[in-house]
Amino acid sequence: MVVEARAGASAHPRSRSRTTRRLLENLEAYAFLLPAVIILAVFHLFPIGYAFVVSLLRWNLIDPVRPFVGLANYRQLLTDEKFVLALVNTSYYAVVSVALAVPLALGFAVLLNRKLTGMSWYRTAFFIPYVTPLAAGAMAWHWLYNPDQFGLLNYLIGKLGIPPQQWLLSPEQAMPALIAVAIWSSLGRDIVILLAGLQNISTEYYEAAQIDGASPWQLFRHITLPLLSPTTYFILVISMIGALQVFALPLFMTGGGPLNRTLTIVYSIYQQGFQYFRMGYAAAQAYVLFLIIFLITMLQRQVAARRVHYDI
Amino acid sequence: MISSPTTQRPPRVRNPFIHLALIASILIVLLPYYLMIVTSLKPLPEVFTYPFKWLPSRPAWENYIEAWTHAPFGRYFLNSAIISVAETSGVLLTSALAGYAFARMRFAGREALFVLFLGTLMVPGQVQLVPNYITITRLGWLNTYYALIVPWLASVFGIFFMRQFFATIPQELQDAATIDGASHLTFLRRVVVPLSRPAFITVALLTFLGSWNALTWPLIVTNTPEMRPIMVGLLSFSNEWGTQPRLLMAAATFSVLPVLLLFFVLQRYFIQGIARAGMKF
Repeated sequence: MVVEARAGASAHPRSRSRTTRRLLENLEAYAFLLPAVIILAVFHLFPIGYAFVVSLLRWNLIDPVRPFVGLANYRQLLTDEKFVLALVNTSYYAVVSVALAVPLALGFAVLLNRKLTGMSWYRTAFFIPYVTPLAAGAMAWHWLYNPDQFGLLNYLIGKLGIPPQQWLLSPEQAMPALIAVAIWSSLGRDIVILLAGLQNISTEYYEAAQIDGASPWQLFRHITLPLLSPTTYFILVISMIGALQVFALPLFMTGGGPLNRTLTIVYSIYQQGFQYFRMGYAAAQAYVLFLIIFLITMLQRQVAARRVHYDI
Repeated sequence: MISSPTTQRPPRVRNPFIHLALIASILIVLLPYYLMIVTSLKPLPEVFTYPFKWLPSRPAWENYIEAWTHAPFGRYFLNSAIISVAETSGVLLTSALAGYAFARMRFAGREALFVLFLGTLMVPGQVQLVPNYITITRLGWLNTYYALIVPWLASVFGIFFMRQFFATIPQELQDAATIDGASHLTFLRRVVVPLSRPAFITVALLTFLGSWNALTWPLIVTNTPEMRPIMVGLLSFSNEWGTQPRLLMAAATFSVLPVLLLFFVLQRYFIQGIARAGMKF
């Protein structure tokens, strides 16, 4: 549309003033941006502000009256034992899953980063769970964790002389069981990204250090780790953000139980907003999650400023 | 980006223990798939047996027929296909146009708009959940394809990724095209798009995968089986038939199949895409 208008206007291109030309170029750029801007403005940007407004209201979806209650929803969160438990559960899940997954992925990436027969087969096998819909993966793991003696996992540990465990039905074991599934699901992605990072490290560093008699551990500690740190940092950030938003796993595997021990923040938002239709309260919880993610990402940036080496 | 193995990797290490460790790990990784498939093929009396039966006495294909007829899975698949294809095409189009504007055009407010877009990546999707639900309700879109598709027709990740890729195309090409009288749209279609195939494939695959596997949004905006995509259908199926593992595992198997087939056909692009997405940020 704009392109045609421009072609029409350029019958005498040299006579056109600079300002007109610049204006037309601006208009053309805005036309290119328009479809994306409309969608992002309506469904991604506007809701960020609107969610905060909603979080200040007592908004039951069926009730036409939506009184302004100020920060009451937020104050209520502080004394809501169920929400505090969701915060504790989510922190536990995020810290433990990231702390286990990243070193594990790093170990596998280093193992795979060599001229190894069948290397691409291994990489593909690790990657399959990442492209598997988590819903289906969670169903398979749910059956694997069956608490009776015919559950496959209980059968396997029985071979080692360990009695059958309750797994997802045990308040203590349910969250670690979910964490195992989370690691299983994201390991392949982390390995692939770390492998790409490892392959960007020039072999010259290793060769020089080997001439100086460095041991494999010294090579890893003083060359691989520092030069890989931008990639590791990226994985830490996306893993932490993803972990704080965990929802599908408890939804499919535990329903938030037992005793709310796998109730996560997003699960709680889902319950409050779309099962009890308390829109204001759900929006307040979402804003708390936003704040937590924001603060943690900032903290990670602070640490990264000191610890991440970008000078490859 | 990914350099050839011969020049960049540390020297070859011959160590059978590495293979042993890797094979053992892979067996653990693939165990749930084994359990899923073998359970989906077990006749009813062999599901709850002790000791565990590693193979069924005969493949019970009827489990698949039974699972398929207990819920409108055909409809679920159709919905997922419509949603994922529409969303992927939309994201490619809006990302290419906007990415091109950010990479190759000059306009007032370019930096500010870009920072604003990138800023939304900091916000977890759950923040938009409640307001978007309200918006969709007001538009009267609840339980329609519009609700499932329209909010996801543009993606900041897609725009950012395209911009990074388009920025590497030499300026000389653009100058030459301008001299030949080509408009921006012509240059984008004839030169930029063909040169950026890897970027398009990466964005397409990641969008398709995200859309096919999406759960939260379709869960809250659909309320009848006719509108459910496969993941939401799977959830209601697992709530309804939870006591029948052979049916659950049959349903899980056939809902995983399309994505895994796509993965095996386009494996190289998937893996490079993820690696590249990691490097771009």
